[in-house]
Amino acid sequence: MQRLLGPLTLVSLAATFVLGLWVTPKATMHDGGGDLVRMLYVHPALAWVALYVSFGTTTIASALYLWKRTRSNTMDRVAYCAMEVSVLFIALTLITGSIWGRPTWGVWWAWDARLTSTAILLVLALGYLALRRANDDPETRARRSAVYGILVALNVPIIHFAVTWWKSLHQNATVLTVSGKVSVHGSMLWTLLVSFIAFTLWYFWLLRARYRLEVRSDEATRAQLASAVLERQREGA
Amino acid sequence: MSLPAVRLTDAVAVQQQFPLLSGVTLSLAPGSLTVVTGANGSGKTSLLRLLAGVLAPTSGEATVLGVDLSRHRTEVRRRVGWLGHDGSFYQDLSVRENLAFAATALDRPLSAIAPALERVGLAHRSEVRTKDLSAGQRRRLGLAWLLVRRAELWLLDEPYASLDDQGRAFFDDLLRDVQRGGATVVMSAHDALRSTALEPDIIVMAGGRVVEAS
Amino acid sequence: MIRTAWLVARKDLRIEVRSRVLLWQVLPFGALALLLCGLALGPADAGHSRAAPGLFYLVTLFVTLLMIIRSQAVEQTAGTAESVATLGLDAAGVFIGKSVALTIELWVSSLLLLGGTVVVLHTSLIGTIHALPSVLVTLGAMACAGTLYGALTAGGEGPATLLPILALPAFAPLLVAGERSFSAALHGGALWEWWVIDLVALTGYVAIGVLLYGVLEE
Repeated sequence: MQRLLGPLTLVSLAATFVLGLWVTPKATMHDGGGDLVRMLYVHPALAWVALYVSFGTTTIASALYLWKRTRSNTMDRVAYCAMEVSVLFIALTLITGSIWGRPTWGVWWAWDARLTSTAILLVLALGYLALRRANDDPETRARRSAVYGILVALNVPIIHFAVTWWKSLHQNATVLTVSGKVSVHGSMLWTLLVSFIAFTLWYFWLLRARYRLEVRSDEATRAQLASAVLERQREGA
Repeated sequence: MSLPAVRLTDAVAVQQQFPLLSGVTLSLAPGSLTVVTGANGSGKTSLLRLLAGVLAPTSGEATVLGVDLSRHRTEVRRRVGWLGHDGSFYQDLSVRENLAFAATALDRPLSAIAPALERVGLAHRSEVRTKDLSAGQRRRLGLAWLLVRRAELWLLDEPYASLDDQGRAFFDDLLRDVQRGGATVVMSAHDALRSTALEPDIIVMAGGRVVEAS
Repeated sequence: MIRTAWLVARKDLRIEVRSRVLLWQVLPFGALALLLCGLALGPADAGHSRAAPGLFYLVTLFVTLLMIIRSQAVEQTAGTAESVATLGLDAAGVFIGKSVALTIELWVSSLLLLGGTVVVLHTSLIGTIHALPSVLVTLGAMACAGTLYGALTAGGEGPATLLPILALPAFAPLLVAGERSFSAALHGGALWEWWVIDLVALTGYVAIGVLLYGVLEE
């Protein structure tokens, strides 16, 4: 299954771009009209991965690290790598959102609740990375990062409520209306679904690659530590 | 035969990627008095911190007062007494307030404070803030702290530093009484004790290991 | 847990009363910051009271950061951390005690700063008094969050610079909720959504603190 991840990711991303750029029609509505609607096949999927999949992975891995029965270096690595990849996806979400926003709202940035909250999440994610760099001791670093990973998760529901409660310029629910009816139809809906799958697979592919790098880095650190112990023992001889 | 108060087998402790202890093997009988000597950076303080349950063992076996430090090191903390090289207290609290804090935290009666202060000769300074004490007086406050908490294992990091001859003699008397009371004492020092009356066991550390034991 | 919380809260407040860092350093800084806000808004009166809730919380945020650093510094003086660790205090109790002490200190600060917003930024006295309950709850949530973030950065590299990076984003929703409810108290408007944010945050941080503070203290 793991070997298929890369090819599946490539195929689904290619399908998204082909469908999004050439197969699906232009929009006819005023908002997000014309070719701008093709951003629909990138931005929401990025946001979905950034806010839910990646943060969810970090939170779950952090919680598993904190629970003594499942505590392991694997969980710490997964949480860290997931957060690193999160930074990329959150940044891409904001960038694609700005690209959409400029012709739609006339500004690159608006103090919209969801945009602002997503920007805050980016800083939270960067804070996680800063926290990791501030602690050299692996155990301390892992523990503190895990707790911070849980704390960060508190903010994700706030984003959800922010859309509902705050005055917002953001696109209202485009795919599902409040009553649950689907408002995007035909090829656009299928392309949207393919994009969600594609970007989710891309996320896990990046996560796996980053995780493997981290395993190698930890192995090198362990080897360094073993020789540091021998060196220290020689001091005393 | 009673279990050793401390038993370490190839204990390694790492902090910030540096091996503070690189394989310590050690066994201390209950009620013993041990001096750990060695040059600066040999691992003396790190050993005491490991025994206090403050520093985690990375590998090897480490058991203190029957508690496996690799699994339950926080459990040993309430049973040990730590006298650090630096001050050990809240600087803006008075002598009495610091001891009351420790006593309450450990469910010891507050009535134990006055006798402890008398014993260490600080009764007349009980309302003085810790930051206004001299270095020697802070060391005595540390001893009072240990007396109040009635620790089973005393861990003293260079306790003779900042003490004059009178202070050292007083300290030796106190340690003798503590040992008679059944506590195990481990202290670090640069040189072996000047006082021969105590007859401590001596271990020498270098490079994070015990290189000599007598 | 409650006994430890009471012990730690009393200890922290006693240290604060003795050292008077809040009185002689932090509060003057807060007052000065508020004054600078007035200067930054320009000489015309218009807009001062509209901006006051946001500026109040901005200044409170800086005060909070200073108090968190202070609260952790007390525990990190050389030797104290090890000695206190060997007391084996219940971690949840320590968290609650430190949060309660920090909350009380922030409440005291807020009374001065609210007075400052009335005088310097011309908010109405009645409206400011109506805002007081929401201010107290928001500051309680910030204190609980701050205690956690303070413990996260204690003992590491550059805690004074790391704390703002970690804490400010987490404080942002609390600041917004606080500002909105303060504005609603001054100028009218719905309050309940902002109370929900404050209370959800407060509950969340207390739960996480009680469960996980011990992990941070290791």
